[in-house]
Amino acid sequence: MAETFSLSFIDYAIMAIYFIFVLGIGWALKKYMKSSAQFLEGGKSIPSWITGLAFISANLGALEVFGMGASGAKYGLMTAHFYLVGAIPAMIFLALFMMPFYYGSKARSVPEYLKLRFDEKTRGFNAFSFAIMTVFASGISMFALARLMEVMLNWNFNYSILASAVIVLVYTYLGGLKSAIYNEVLQFFLIVIGFLPLVIIGLQDVGGWEGLTAKLSEVALNKGYAAGTWTSTWRFLGSSSTNPMGVDWIAMLMGLGFVLSFGYWCTNFLVVQRAMAANSMSAARRTPLIGALPKMFLPILVIVPGMIAMALMSMPEKGLQLIGNNGQTDYNMIIPTMLVHYYPTGLLGLGITALMASFMSGMAGNVTAFNTVFTYDIYQSYIRPGKSDDHYLKVGQFATIFGVGVSIGAAYIAANFNNIMDFLQLIFAFVNAPLFATFLLGMFWKRTTGHAAFWGLLTGTSAAALHYGLTISEGKGGWLGQLVEYPSAMAQGFYTAIYAWTVCFILTIIISLATKQLKTDDDLRGLVYSLTPKTKDEPGIPWHEKPVVMAMIIGVIGIVLTIIFW
Amino acid sequence: MDVDIRIPIGLLFAILGLILVLFGLYSMNDADLYARSLGRNINLWTGLVMLLFGGLMLFFTLRKKKSS
Repeated sequence: MAETFSLSFIDYAIMAIYFIFVLGIGWALKKYMKSSAQFLEGGKSIPSWITGLAFISANLGALEVFGMGASGAKYGLMTAHFYLVGAIPAMIFLALFMMPFYYGSKARSVPEYLKLRFDEKTRGFNAFSFAIMTVFASGISMFALARLMEVMLNWNFNYSILASAVIVLVYTYLGGLKSAIYNEVLQFFLIVIGFLPLVIIGLQDVGGWEGLTAKLSEVALNKGYAAGTWTSTWRFLGSSSTNPMGVDWIAMLMGLGFVLSFGYWCTNFLVVQRAMAANSMSAARRTPLIGALPKMFLPILVIVPGMIAMALMSMPEKGLQLIGNNGQTDYNMIIPTMLVHYYPTGLLGLGITALMASFMSGMAGNVTAFNTVFTYDIYQSYIRPGKSDDHYLKVGQFATIFGVGVSIGAAYIAANFNNIMDFLQLIFAFVNAPLFATFLLGMFWKRTTGHAAFWGLLTGTSAAALHYGLTISEGKGGWLGQLVEYPSAMAQGFYTAIYAWTVCFILTIIISLATKQLKTDDDLRGLVYSLTPKTKDEPGIPWHEKPVVMAMIIGVIGIVLTIIFW
Repeated sequence: MDVDIRIPIGLLFAILGLILVLFGLYSMNDADLYARSLGRNINLWTGLVMLLFGGLMLFFTLRKKKSS
């Protein structure tokens, strides 16, 4: 077990100044929160560079950062697929094809779009599963932060939970979605500056990119893979046995690149909400594209440290010991370990502040998505429809407190029953996997009916559970039988998603053909591609702000990066 | 725009940058402190980058505000 580190005055000062700013932003926005639309939707008034950075920042929670660091060590540069093929095409698709329906329709949330396009039960299914998912995600963030502070700095677990809950509650309660979005931008810059020195100094330590490549080649050979496995992306995806991820190119393209990626970036209200808060249609469409640009370079910050750590761990003279490894290697601890390994007093405070910022924005993002869905899709739809806007503003504020409160409960559940969290995350993966099939059909085929959408989703979710129950990998799954054994949990996850999506897609088509379309063409105007006038850019926007042009530029950069790091 | 987020971002980076620069200068000769960062005074360097970023952000935002 590595020693715990104590911070000095200057580290605490940096942390304190950051939190003053976080709370100050919420405070400054308080007087603008006069309507539920201001509080829950950000008043559709935010410029696109802000929503664009918030769009990727909301996804850059600390669990993501830790997971990517761990995968960088375990699988090497191949992890960058999560940032290129697993994000960029979906972000471009969202911007060009889907955003006009989200932003242009009267929907205030993703579940509400489902209500307008399909029916009440489809909305209900999505709203409830999403609401539960977000409070648990926020609780897991809170738990992980408190546990990290306990292991790393010997802080009291309960106080950490309470402190992070209070800070997040205060700034989301005061300033609503806008406060969360503004803070996500702040957090984005802080993460970049907080982690970049780590990458630079770590690379120097292993002898630059060449040194890293050489060292990781040794690691790869030792593990029985070809020399360049840890430093290439596509080259060893020909077969699942030639790379440590245990995935082949079909699973990568279809599972991650199509089903999971589009399912997450195009239908998850947590990220879509950021784009919907933009101040115009073209700004909403630019949001994912502006986010896509830094997204492509984030692997430098979150994956390369994992690769460096892997190289360092094969060089005992460097003395890198993972925090909290009681005989076991906990790869999730790589980034915190590297922070305390390299950062002196001063910068250490900044690094830990960046970590905390990413945890809290992960929580705040979930809380602000939760209160919107709760207020509009649950309370206004099922509990008390037809009240004044002031009433819903109060409910939104109450839902914020309620959401944080339930998150605290979820954090303690996570602390006490580790397996329950695994199980819940699994269920959520089942719910998410088929969703993009429903959206794709709903937006581009006007014949798709409400019954079809609902039963397709439900069956797709069940198909995911069934597939997981019938297959096994790394000792997981297989509680119904063991038809197939996958080489890795990642491959199992990708194929689970592929099956769920396919079942949902086919079944939705079949049921649509067998049931009557209850919506008229008039109902579907603005919700379905063929019935909506083509979105035109506002007159007078410069060429480089046109979504199509930006999408092409991003596509080219993505392809160039793919070729360079093939 | 209600709150121009560029101002708090610029201000925060400038303040934190200044703290790191000052601390970096103060601890210039503390070889023990920087042993872990391969002997490099990364407080000073990171601080300078933050100060520059924050300063430029404030400068351009405030200049634009004045002219409009």
